[in-house]
Amino acid sequence: MKQLVIDFAKCNAGRDCAHECEMECAVRVFKVDDPAQAALQIKAYEDGGGHAVLCDQCGDCVVVCPTEALKRNKLGVVMIDKKLCVGCYMCIGFCEKDAFMRNSDWITPHKCTSCGICVKVCPHGALSIVEVPEPAPRII
Amino acid sequence: MSQLVFDPTKVMPIDYTKRTEYLDGLEAFKAGRRVLKEIAYTPSLPDKGYNNRTLYVNVDSLEITEKPVTQQMKDVFIGGRGFGLYHLWNAVKPTTRWNDPENEIIISPGPVCGMTQYAGTGKSLVVSLSPQTDIPIDSNVGGFFGPLLKFSGFDALELQGKADRDVILFIDGVKGIIRVEEAPAGPVDSHVLGELLTHLYAENEADLPNVSVVTSGAAAEHSLIGMLNFSFYDRRRGCVRFKQAGRGGIGTVFRNKHIRALVVRGPKVAGDLNHPADPETIAKTGVKYHKEIREQDPHQCMMRRNGTAHIVEIMNAYDLLPVHNFQFGSHPDTHKIDSSYWQQRCTQATVDGCWYGCSMACAKGADGVVLKTGPYQGHMVTVDGPEYENAAGLGSNCGVFDPDALLELNFYCDTYGICTITYGTLTAFVMECYQRGILNLERTGGLDLTWGNFAADLEMMHQMARGEGFGKIAGLGVKKMKEHFIRNGWGDPQLINDIGMENKGLEYSQYMSKESLAQQGGYALTNKGPQHDEAWLIFMDMVNKQLPTFEAKAEALYYFPLFRTWFGLNGFCKLPWNDVVPADNSSQPEPQKVPEHVQNYVDLFTATTGIQITKEDLIMQSARVYNFQRVFNIRMGKGLRLHDAAPYRSLGPVTREEYESRAERYDKQLLDELGIDPTGKSTEEKMALHRTWRTDRFSKLMDSVYTRRGWTLDGVPTLARLKELGLDAFPEVVAVVKQFT
Repeated sequence: MKQLVIDFAKCNAGRDCAHECEMECAVRVFKVDDPAQAALQIKAYEDGGGHAVLCDQCGDCVVVCPTEALKRNKLGVVMIDKKLCVGCYMCIGFCEKDAFMRNSDWITPHKCTSCGICVKVCPHGALSIVEVPEPAPRII
Repeated sequence: MSQLVFDPTKVMPIDYTKRTEYLDGLEAFKAGRRVLKEIAYTPSLPDKGYNNRTLYVNVDSLEITEKPVTQQMKDVFIGGRGFGLYHLWNAVKPTTRWNDPENEIIISPGPVCGMTQYAGTGKSLVVSLSPQTDIPIDSNVGGFFGPLLKFSGFDALELQGKADRDVILFIDGVKGIIRVEEAPAGPVDSHVLGELLTHLYAENEADLPNVSVVTSGAAAEHSLIGMLNFSFYDRRRGCVRFKQAGRGGIGTVFRNKHIRALVVRGPKVAGDLNHPADPETIAKTGVKYHKEIREQDPHQCMMRRNGTAHIVEIMNAYDLLPVHNFQFGSHPDTHKIDSSYWQQRCTQATVDGCWYGCSMACAKGADGVVLKTGPYQGHMVTVDGPEYENAAGLGSNCGVFDPDALLELNFYCDTYGICTITYGTLTAFVMECYQRGILNLERTGGLDLTWGNFAADLEMMHQMARGEGFGKIAGLGVKKMKEHFIRNGWGDPQLINDIGMENKGLEYSQYMSKESLAQQGGYALTNKGPQHDEAWLIFMDMVNKQLPTFEAKAEALYYFPLFRTWFGLNGFCKLPWNDVVPADNSSQPEPQKVPEHVQNYVDLFTATTGIQITKEDLIMQSARVYNFQRVFNIRMGKGLRLHDAAPYRSLGPVTREEYESRAERYDKQLLDELGIDPTGKSTEEKMALHRTWRTDRFSKLMDSVYTRRGWTLDGVPTLARLKELGLDAFPEVVAVVKQFT
């Protein structure tokens, strides 16, 4: 399955860039001029280092979705079918990586779909899309 | 006791998509219907939780009308159980009984019902005059009917009249059609009829989740203990499943009115159909709660794995599990029917909520069950649960520790449309009568109802469904069976009354209350009879030890019935309140109230309706309806102190065996509580001392609780209390109470 990964040996947690990845995602994927709505969020720790909030396509949300609105596509990426979603947000609450997101303007939640738009704009080449085995569904 | 650890490798490999199908007769059933009345209406969605109208249908005269929801209704009765009681009060007279045409069945979802972001928000409340108690009964139920009714435009459905042939009421909330149809001959039992009607009224496969059906079953027609099944379509199983409005015999009223089914087809559900005042607060509160379930449930009750069955082993460990008609509190075979078994037997790799967004997901299902008896012998079915009440009531209380038998009993109760709790308690009573010679083979018509004989147990249930034999007598319930046995001179009347576990005509639910004063009151000092909806206190009293004093127990019997009533006004399920708690709950003030969750409910109500309330207002909202219901009971000829009396089995040891099974504890109580040295006294002498002490203590509890509730010592709400609650605005309510001043 396609998975977005970040290499923190190259990414300085946004300290020496303009968070191009977040802005590109917000503008091109979600059509909003607000990086806070992006499906990946780069966080810098105060004492150095950092982490990225992003979806690794683990599929836990697919297991808990009551309406089968979440399914893997042929690339193994978890996609949301907005027509089936009832806005229950169990996908958000059960995501251990906090990668499923919502905002007050959209009733349906959203997350990274490994589209790779962010990869192209990272000035440090820290982001990439990799092919990894699809994990077996967990009982959650 | 140690925390059970879930091992996914031990879950039985059962295909949860396979079962017997019942769609062969669909086309014939479809063609056999006859339209009796059809009207067009304008569907609507709620605004801040209310549609501001209800639907009235008379199944005899075929009158179909809309009624406005007044501001006073919303202010005083809120919705759900409150609306049900309000409509029922207006529909009946003090002389009305359950089978009179003017009796109603009211289904009301409540203003919050239909929210999809928080767990347990799909409940409807069903209200009617009970055939068992002759007073109002209210039963809360999951499934999709309530939310879809609301999203079709109605805050309640009132059903009145009695049809002369079977009818189906169909509400199409998409096309704006309400239709009463004559039902052709065909299935009555829920698992067949529910599947058939769901497929019949859905426009296509994608529409199946938007259809919900209310049905009962064959045994509801021949007993007083009928219940209603509310369906929901389980997408992953491809199966129509049910939740039950079980208590008090509403299914019997339903079939007596010749209603075969209610069907609603609602719009496709979305997250904002209630049009709440503050969706952002609802979203944040819902996500916070989902995270709490994810993080805490695996270490607390494991509701997602076991449903409520996790209580079986806890009750057994604390000597509180009902065994052999509430005689004993534990049994060596309990491990065969506790959650260590059910979490292997129930399907785990699916989603088990009875409404969208329920992350607690306790509606477990056992798939691939092949029935061994009855009209569906050989069929493969999916069985609900079993929930704790079913494992304890159909299981340990009757000495049945065979899990396959328990699943079959559970299945037939559900599809025949009878309450599992009631059936469990009445069967336990029958089996004890058999043990003590009050019944015998001749009197049961050949049923060998010894403890644990599930074959005879199942046959009694099949008889109930056929309206035959001893099963028909059992279907009258414990109260009427007691009268029947005493009238026939079959046993000592005191013994029969002591061991018949009913109060107000309703059977006890499945907790052994002898050692829990709080639960004794929680059962008997109730509006509708002994159930665990109003005051489930045994856990906080006996397991968590949060009510250590007499005063704490009495205060709990003021607060919790009111707090818990509020769920039923709004369309909430109670389980998400305290079947998981925040990690820091035990360090909070009054942890038994789960303060963070109380605040969640205050926030969710305000965010839905736009009406600012506090946690104190929440209690006042409940108190209005609770006291209205008490006055309603009095209006119907009950509701006084004498009607709150408890059978002695619920208060203390009736028999030698019971005393001697706990002799050390009971002897110590004589010494510590009464200052009497038990040495040298016979068991009978000690039992007599206990009886005096325990009944006196219960009487003192009544005094204390009534006073806290603002009632006279005869159990009547005072005029001052009614004024405080604003119920003096209803002259009929005041008039009922004035008779006692």
